[in-house]
Amino acid sequence: MCTNKKYTLSDEIVDYINECLVKEHPESYLIAILHKVQGIYGFLSEIHLDEVAHLLQVPTANVYGVATFYHYFRLKPRGQFAISVCMGTACFVKGADSVLTSFKSELGIDMGETTSDGLFSLEGTRCIGVCALAPVVTINDRVYSNVVSQQVSQILNEIKAAERV
Amino acid sequence: MKYINAVIDGLSVSVEEGKTIMEAADSIGSHVPRLCFHPVLSTEGACRICVVDVEGYNNHLPACATKLQDGMIITTNSPSLRETRRDLVELLLDNHPKNCLTCERDGNCELQNLSYKLGVRERLFEGWRKEFKFDDSNVSVLRDAEKCILCKRCVRVCSEIQGVHNLSQMYRGVKTVVSPAFMAPMDESVCIKCGQCINVCPTAAFIERDETDKVWNAINDPNKFVVVQTAPAIRSAIGEGWDMPYSTSWTGKTVAALRRLGFDAVFDTDFTADLTIMEESHELMERLKSGENLPMITSCSPGWINFVEHFYPELLPNVSTCKSPMQMLSTLAKTYYAEKTHRDPKDIYVVAVMPCVAKKFEAKRPEHYSPNGYPYTDAVITTRELIWMIKAYGIDFVKLHEDEFDVPLGTSSGAGDIFGATGGVMEAALRTAYEKITGESIENLTFTEVRAVEGLREATIDIKGTLVNVAVANGLNNAKIILEKVKSGEKQFHLIEIMACPGGCVNGGGQPIPHVNKFIYPLDKDLVKKRQQALYSIDEAKTLRKSHENPAILELYKEFLEAPGSHIAHELLHTTYSEKSPKGIK
Ligand code: SF4
Ligand code: SF4
Ligand code: SF4
Ligand code: FES
Ligand code: FES
Repeated sequence: MCTNKKYTLSDEIVDYINECLVKEHPESYLIAILHKVQGIYGFLSEIHLDEVAHLLQVPTANVYGVATFYHYFRLKPRGQFAISVCMGTACFVKGADSVLTSFKSELGIDMGETTSDGLFSLEGTRCIGVCALAPVVTINDRVYSNVVSQQVSQILNEIKAAERV
Repeated sequence: MKYINAVIDGLSVSVEEGKTIMEAADSIGSHVPRLCFHPVLSTEGACRICVVDVEGYNNHLPACATKLQDGMIITTNSPSLRETRRDLVELLLDNHPKNCLTCERDGNCELQNLSYKLGVRERLFEGWRKEFKFDDSNVSVLRDAEKCILCKRCVRVCSEIQGVHNLSQMYRGVKTVVSPAFMAPMDESVCIKCGQCINVCPTAAFIERDETDKVWNAINDPNKFVVVQTAPAIRSAIGEGWDMPYSTSWTGKTVAALRRLGFDAVFDTDFTADLTIMEESHELMERLKSGENLPMITSCSPGWINFVEHFYPELLPNVSTCKSPMQMLSTLAKTYYAEKTHRDPKDIYVVAVMPCVAKKFEAKRPEHYSPNGYPYTDAVITTRELIWMIKAYGIDFVKLHEDEFDVPLGTSSGAGDIFGATGGVMEAALRTAYEKITGESIENLTFTEVRAVEGLREATIDIKGTLVNVAVANGLNNAKIILEKVKSGEKQFHLIEIMACPGGCVNGGGQPIPHVNKFIYPLDKDLVKKRQQALYSIDEAKTLRKSHENPAILELYKEFLEAPGSHIAHELLHTTYSEKSPKGIK
């Protein structure tokens, strides 16, 4: 392993990976490491994934396989407008699923993805504690309550229109 | 050894402990249909086509992934099992292009064959179809992910045998796809272009880049003088295209077929294999004298060269500077031969028939262009492509007489023939080095120490008191073991032979894929052994068995190259390679 190579990953993460390397089965810490990287940078960039692979000596293809398998991991930075659909029990029962489906088809992206213009990203969250308003969607700091799937395109259009002026 | 007793399809079986239900069933002739299974690779258990019933279990069990246990009562066939298998195949077909008629694997595709055998005769539903761009970024290995059935054999061969780990399963559910990291095109990955994924893929999801059209065009161009060369390994396997016996070589018929196809001169890469030995043993002796850049590592295998560039750039100075035999022949065709026959090198078109898809890449390397801007090798076709060409032309290979190679680039010693088998380059080199070092004639020509189908061999050869430590590795996972020893200094080697493909070129990524109904899988040790045997037999039958005694080689030095390692030899026959990115993980 190269120790003299400069990494763009923070020292904190490089140190953590080095700690993992002396443990048994270092590769089993991959997911924990990716969580840390996403925690600090908000998403998993290709360069970071490649650096994790080289530091941990796990093939880059395998690291990417893990990163794409879990919906939790984001491979692109969040959009300018981060849409998050609550998937908690109350929201789910009241139709969060179909709201999410509408967002997916309107934006042409899946959970954890960002539109190519960087405007919107989409994710699901756990209960955010306002179940009375279910189903709930937050876009950045704004909370939308009692959302039905028919509303989705209108919500998006309003944001886009506001962006244009 | 403990034996396990069980009953399969009403017959009692007794097999060694640790065998799977599939292996036990095979031994009594119950061939459970299978798809993701591969005998040389780890068990994946992904396709579930191999389901069987075991008394006491409510669910079907996968035969390839379930160990046989004492007292099991197993049924491999029932209406419900057959229906399950058929449903599984139909599900795969629903998500598969209906391209069989124009598909490279038509007639030798495991999916097509299963569908036929299991009696799928109509397609009831049209499912959601995955869509992927055809990846033809790479000059050697092309990727059609729409034809992928996610058996992961390619992932397994690329990591377990080649240690390249280029491929993995990405995403999940309906989006699952096998790909290099970051969904990068193959050309921007750590792929070393060995083509072993092509060999193990049950469908046409991995194929080589077809260059036969280029070759037909050249043959039909009256202004081109088309030269062809065939690698040693071709003659050991080409007969398989016509179901001819194994362990036999087809040199004469291959030459006859090439001549009938219309090539103007038919040369033998074995000739430049001999030349490689001349240059390489000279280089070795120089390095032994100076003590520099030892161990020397062979440079014939282009998959290995790609590997060292991406994975072990720090060992590049150890790699022999000799061009591969293919490149040496192409270079001579456009220099020595052109001069000798008063032809403009620009009118000469060189086609190489290789057992290898990495050779297609090698031919296009900037290192292998002449200073005048044209490539020395114009087209590379695999053994498989040559078989199609011969069939397309309507030549009955079986009935052909035996022809001889053209002179002067067609005469070879037995040492050149064995280049196609793992350990062959080493053995050929030792024959010559022994005589050069001792000045005496060698009695025993076969160095069995370096012959094997296994992936790794180390030996110490006593050349009249000079002890030479050698190692032979095939399959790059094995090569890593030796290379790590070199790096750590654990052992001082002098000469190392590395071939990328398991078993050597005879099992290259461009060799014939045995017909599905034979149940012989590429990488199969017996198959490798048979092809190797074909080459060893040619060597044994020859009286000329040492490269440095090949009269055509001696003539070449006298007329043109002066001496091994001369200035002109260096200019034409040697090259160096350089570090490449992305960097692989060892
Ligand atoms: S891969 Fe097999 S099933 Fe698919 S189109 Fe080709 S021959 Fe047909
Ligand atoms: S050609 Fe070789 S290195 Fe490249 S993906 Fe296939 S098996 Fe891996
Ligand atoms: S490309 Fe071929 S070998 Fe690889 S997973 Fe797909 S079908 Fe299997
Ligand atoms: S379940 Fe959605 S806010 Fe509680
Ligand atoms: S062959 Fe057994 S699960 Fe695929």
